[in-house]
Amino acid sequence: MKSAAFEYVRASSLAEVCAALHDSADETKLIAGGQSLVPMMAMRLTRPARLIDINEIDALKLITVDHNFVRTGACTRQCVIARDAALGAALPLLKQALEWVGHVQTRNRGTVGGSLVHADPAAEMPLVAQILGAQMVLRSHAGTRTVGAAEFFEGPLATATRPDECLEEIHWPVWAEQRTGSAFTEISRRHGDFALVAAAAQIAVDENGVCTRVSFGLAGGGYIPMAFPQLAARLVGGTLDDEAVQSVVNDAASEFDPGGDLHASPEYRRHLAVVLAARMLRAAYDDARKAS
Amino acid sequence: MSEKLYPVSIEVNGKARSAQVPARLSLVDFLREELRLTGTHVGCEHGICGACSVMLDGEPVRSCLMFAVQADGHHLTTVEGLAQADGSLSILQDSFCEAHGLQCGYCTPGMLIASQALLNETPNPSEAQIRDAIGGNLCRCTGYRQIVDAVQLAASRLAAEKK
Repeated sequence: MKSAAFEYVRASSLAEVCAALHDSADETKLIAGGQSLVPMMAMRLTRPARLIDINEIDALKLITVDHNFVRTGACTRQCVIARDAALGAALPLLKQALEWVGHVQTRNRGTVGGSLVHADPAAEMPLVAQILGAQMVLRSHAGTRTVGAAEFFEGPLATATRPDECLEEIHWPVWAEQRTGSAFTEISRRHGDFALVAAAAQIAVDENGVCTRVSFGLAGGGYIPMAFPQLAARLVGGTLDDEAVQSVVNDAASEFDPGGDLHASPEYRRHLAVVLAARMLRAAYDDARKAS
Repeated sequence: MSEKLYPVSIEVNGKARSAQVPARLSLVDFLREELRLTGTHVGCEHGICGACSVMLDGEPVRSCLMFAVQADGHHLTTVEGLAQADGSLSILQDSFCEAHGLQCGYCTPGMLIASQALLNETPNPSEAQIRDAIGGNLCRCTGYRQIVDAVQLAASRLAAEKK
């Protein structure tokens, strides 16, 4: 047995989870898909004394789609989200990003909510949350509060979630603009592995191809996944000419400031950030112009 | 002090199996050491290699990334469960032999589970779909070409059998 010993609690409701966390949150971890947590436990990078399993709580597995928001539950599996046609039509960026998340076997078990609270700086879901400004609904014994992506991600594997809170659901804003396009890409050693750098963009244009709304971001090698609302605003009102794009992605890469490790140097990551961000802005723009 | 044990009841390859297990026992160790179903292989034990793939309620998952206690009340299919009722090889298994889809055999149970899951959903997969389905399974011998051939062979044999 590779993990350290722990006490196991299979929760049947969110109220039960919150009560257990209220009772004692010390050395307690919640487990959803476990695709990141279990390897960390196997390597004893983490050794929780108690594991609360939320996999059997059906109320945490919802998907609802309306004009303003897509709601997904904390324990809705990645494969279920990837297969949902209505969600894919409302949130194409989330669907595009999921194609880069792990492999069939890990997506069958892994959850989008788990990816968000795990907050790996190279993970795809936190990047999408940043770009779209997703809202995380956190529940504790005391009630619920909602935290936007901009405040949610605090650092590598660190979020605003308090020890006594459980993620309940995620609200993903749906853009009302008809001509909206999106694109996601990443470079990794093997498809499905952690991204050396990931980049994504979502753009809305008017009937003349003028950008009315732009959002883009970068992940991998940095401290947290980042969106760049102020830089993106510089592209609104234009038609994404090369000079404007180049200046914006250069500034974004400087702000992102990726580090190096044995997989890639900071210089290489910075190069990827510039190239991939520019490529995704153009791809999202082209996609928006095709949309009607 | 002995470790606390938890009851688990899992239907494995159509048979109800029950045991008392420590919470930290991984599903793959449970299958191999408690149930003696050693067809499922333990590779990296942290979710990279895919050798331990099994079907949980019909969908392939990594059994090293689940604790046995989490599978309580669920249905599992392991590589042993792919064989025909009389113990002879399934069409997919036989196609792996036919197309030289294995050399050392270490990755084979995971490859078979991943490919069977694909064929269950997509009876006539493209090469890209096959490569995507086995994308989470490492093989250090074959270079994957013969595995793709084996899955394609199985798909055509299964289609011929249906006619």
